[in-house]
Amino acid sequence: MKSKRPAIPYIGWMLVFTIVPLVMVFYYAFTDSKGHFSLEPFRNASVYSEVFLYSLWIALISTLICLVLAYPLAFSISRCSERGQSMIVMFLMVPMWMNFLLRIYAWVLILQNYGPLDMILKTFGVDVTLIGNSGAVIVGMVYEFLPFMILPLHAVMGKIDSSLIEAAQDLGCNGFYVFRKVILPLSVPGIISGVTMVFVPTASTFLVAQYLGGTQFMIGDVIERVFQSDHNTGSAIAVVLMVVILGFLVFMNRFGDKEAVNG
Amino acid sequence: MKQNAVVSLKDINFKYSNEVILNNISLDIYDKEFITLLGPSGCGKTTTLRVIAGFEMPQSGEVYFEGEKINDVPPHKRSVNTVFQKYALFPHLNVFDNVAFGLKLKKMSKSEIEQKVKQMLAVVDLKGYEKRPVRALSGGQQQRVAIARALVCDPKVVLLDEPLGALDLKLRKDMQIELKQLQQKTQKTFVYVTHDQEEALTMSDRVCVMNNGVIAQIGTPEDIYNEPANAFVADFIGEANIINGIMLEDCKVRLLGAELDCVDKGFEKNQPVDVVIRPEDVEVVAPDQAKLNGVVEDVIFKGVHFEISVRCQNCLWLIHSTVSQKVGEKIGIRVDPFNIHIMEKMFLNPTNDITTEVYYSDKENNTTTIRLEGVEVTIPDTFYEEGKRIKICLPPDALYIAGDGVGHLDEVYIESVIWKGEHNEIILESDERKWIMQSDIDEQVATYVPLCFDFKKAEISEVSADEK
Repeated sequence: MKSKRPAIPYIGWMLVFTIVPLVMVFYYAFTDSKGHFSLEPFRNASVYSEVFLYSLWIALISTLICLVLAYPLAFSISRCSERGQSMIVMFLMVPMWMNFLLRIYAWVLILQNYGPLDMILKTFGVDVTLIGNSGAVIVGMVYEFLPFMILPLHAVMGKIDSSLIEAAQDLGCNGFYVFRKVILPLSVPGIISGVTMVFVPTASTFLVAQYLGGTQFMIGDVIERVFQSDHNTGSAIAVVLMVVILGFLVFMNRFGDKEAVNG
Repeated sequence: MKQNAVVSLKDINFKYSNEVILNNISLDIYDKEFITLLGPSGCGKTTTLRVIAGFEMPQSGEVYFEGEKINDVPPHKRSVNTVFQKYALFPHLNVFDNVAFGLKLKKMSKSEIEQKVKQMLAVVDLKGYEKRPVRALSGGQQQRVAIARALVCDPKVVLLDEPLGALDLKLRKDMQIELKQLQQKTQKTFVYVTHDQEEALTMSDRVCVMNNGVIAQIGTPEDIYNEPANAFVADFIGEANIINGIMLEDCKVRLLGAELDCVDKGFEKNQPVDVVIRPEDVEVVAPDQAKLNGVVEDVIFKGVHFEISVRCQNCLWLIHSTVSQKVGEKIGIRVDPFNIHIMEKMFLNPTNDITTEVYYSDKENNTTTIRLEGVEVTIPDTFYEEGKRIKICLPPDALYIAGDGVGHLDEVYIESVIWKGEHNEIILESDERKWIMQSDIDEQVATYVPLCFDFKKAEISEVSADEK
């Protein structure tokens, strides 16, 4: 039996900074301001159901765009030489060395009215508002979380033996069928972890919408705002979000197991 | 019986980043034959197979399939199927789906696919394994699945790339026989790649021995063994005593100081040749009854025969005999004339002579530096004035391969390694010339090594400027 002693500091950390706050959130969610058990916070929280659905919608769209962008990129990276692979992966990581907020500010600067992109489009006679709408939020989300889609996909695809691709060609697969019958099924685990790693944070993140989305906040922002004045309602929204995300994770894992068995 | 070629290769040249892999390969593969591409690693056998399968595009030359040029036909449209070296089974599919993979693409009906897969699994002895995941199979079973997957598509030609390489010896022997039977049963053309000469001799109708990107010899296993075309083939197939000899006249060769009768003709007078004698063709007789004498150094019992090592002058002979000999005893060696195989040397023996101008010299340290293929080489304990022309004669044993990876000449290509009784005779090729080296170490053919010179063994002399 392996010793569990090395895990003690981590367990202590978890207890103090994760379990206890979580218990507190649940406590607040199910009590009223006087500390009595109550479902009042959830009733109050239902006001934000529209924002909630909007957030899930934005998260879904952002995740799909990330997947579509990352998949071919990850595949071509995985077919590069080892040196090339680590180079490209490093370049993907470079933006992550910068602060999250800075990156969002950069997008504000690019997209703002009379900003560089706006001016370029205007010279071509295109007059659109680039910032303060869902599109800008999605752009920000995709930019923030694309590496989290590419990396797990690349990790899985790098393990696909090129002789499997040759074997498929040898047995009569053209390019499309090689993808459909070999590469896609074998990369399902990467898709699942990529989707999870992008969807979960995009659904719950805050600040991106505040800076890029104008008046349209996302649920993360709402939790932040509400929590400052009303712990109970804020906690209730957080609990609902947590349950939805947990449900999503369970669904994704089920889906993954099924894929792995049936192919 | 087998005149119509299914696959023909014509003057195939293949380079991989300036390295010649296939050098003008031409090969006809006949219908329903079991042909083996045999050679050491790096000889181009796998590349040849991949050219036929369509995974590699030769830079020049044509590939024909039943008379039609198929250079531009992609792999998935060729009527050949491959059994890959490490099987390349699809890990996400079970045995049935792996075997059915090719059939499903052909848009066959479900029942037809099922029937064919079942039939094929029965042929390879895997009945009842349909639902198993391939990961749960042993190496031999995975091998069978890979073979079934290729055969079920009913290709004209099956390509097998060292399919038994990963199996243990016992299983490999069984599978050799099974594969041969399978080929006869299914009446398909098998193109088999291996570096194992025994495997090649056991299974093949014809063997194509390859070396350094060229075909050294094509023939039946008997031909290849009994009448090897050159010293490389003799060395690679079975065991052989390969000794440097000199052809005195037709049917007379000088070998280790003795004149022996042979049956080969048509060589020039005093032409240096390779003499090949199989260990089982050597007769042990009383010392006064033979022209060659030697002392028994070692006797090993091998079951069917004794393997006897005999030192004859400075050459170690390998003899297979059913009669044992005493170690240390003097014996006579006799070989029947028709068992002495005379072969032209593959490379006219290169010399290691270097004639060059002194690049600079250092009186104080007593060194002389020359330029060799763009590299400065310093000769210690020798002094010649700058600009003087000198000739350096290096005997074969003055060359060696740098163990620490830093040689006088880096990246020298090993062209051939042949055991010549006592040493390996290694032919090397640098950018501008060939070298001959003696070594006791088995070097790997077709690799690049750093070459060093031991100038203590060299003879260095000054030559006049106009002498070449």
